[in-house]
Amino acid sequence: MNKDLFKPVITLTCIAVIMALVLGFVHRLTDEPIALAKNQQELDAIKLVTGEFDNDPFAEKMTITTPNKKQKFIMYPARIDGRLNAVAVKSYTNTGFGGRIDVMTGFNVDGSINTFKIISSHETPGLGSKTDEPRFKGQLEGFHPNKQILKVKQDGGDVDAVTAATISSRAVLRAIERAYSALQNFNTRDNNE
Amino acid sequence: MSNTAMNNLTRGIVRENPVLVMLLGMCPTLGVTTSAINGLGMGLATMFVLMMSNMAISCVKKVIPDIVRIPSFIVIIASFVTVLEMLMQAYTPDLYAALGIYIPLIVVNCIILGRAEAFASKNTIFQSLLDAIGMGIGFTLALVLLGSIREVLGNGSIFGYSFVSENATPLLLFIMPPGAFLALGGIIAVVNKLRGVN
Repeated sequence: MNKDLFKPVITLTCIAVIMALVLGFVHRLTDEPIALAKNQQELDAIKLVTGEFDNDPFAEKMTITTPNKKQKFIMYPARIDGRLNAVAVKSYTNTGFGGRIDVMTGFNVDGSINTFKIISSHETPGLGSKTDEPRFKGQLEGFHPNKQILKVKQDGGDVDAVTAATISSRAVLRAIERAYSALQNFNTRDNNE
Repeated sequence: MSNTAMNNLTRGIVRENPVLVMLLGMCPTLGVTTSAINGLGMGLATMFVLMMSNMAISCVKKVIPDIVRIPSFIVIIASFVTVLEMLMQAYTPDLYAALGIYIPLIVVNCIILGRAEAFASKNTIFQSLLDAIGMGIGFTLALVLLGSIREVLGNGSIFGYSFVSENATPLLLFIMPPGAFLALGGIIAVVNKLRGVN
């Protein structure tokens, strides 16, 4: 072996090993808080979109599929005194301006939308990110996808897109629409059985 | 505090401000400053990595052979960035979500490698720490300033507090990438004027 290479190789290896130990230590330290923070975020979103509940939606979560069985979403039932009050469906779309958007949508028992929350997205701050603000969101509170058309006005629907963020608005509506169709699919199948 | 120590600490804040004078770290500067709070978060995150890496590199500067200097620095910096990433994910998930890809990109921020190469590899641990604090404050100030200007003009708010009505149409351009260049150019022009550069 080349003698000049010996010291550099050993030094670099030592540094890498030491840093790996540091990383391992911090990982062990933060593993639990990270999982907790993620759960808390999810639970906060469920609470926001379904209103009140006294059960543990996490324990009752179910996987539901869209009619073509291509997408799997997670549904969280929210109950008060054992009676179903609302359900939260976590769905996503890849058609956002910045790619994937995860949305938590709360549906009332009659199938109308209670409200929704964007859990994660890469939309432009100040433009696409405004799809999570009251001005856009307000239109969808109490919206019934069976009676109204869940599309932006440019596409012949009943929802005003956020100014200068039609793609983001369209994508958010698409995620909600997919949640709705998966829920419908689940309900009809449930009644037939 | 001795004169050199004081000088090392304050140099990065205004005189050799990494963003406004040395024009380093432009990617996060332009990318995350859509709001003042993002600028502050990014500034503090970078400052944390800068302090840790400057101290670590100053510690090991004598044992690292010249030929693997840069790889060693990058390994150290990348590790501290990953530590920061895990800590932020655990304790400040909202800020972590807002800064997104720019957190891992701190690894390639030239301010950090620049200070490691130009300062920490030649000076004592204490002086390197002072240098990192100074540079970190300078970077944070520049980002908060830029973020504030963009947020005020582009969104009609500051640190999330809106001061225009909901129907007002702010200058959206400033939130978008071109606005970052315009605002930064304006700030640098003012700074140059104040520094007496022609």
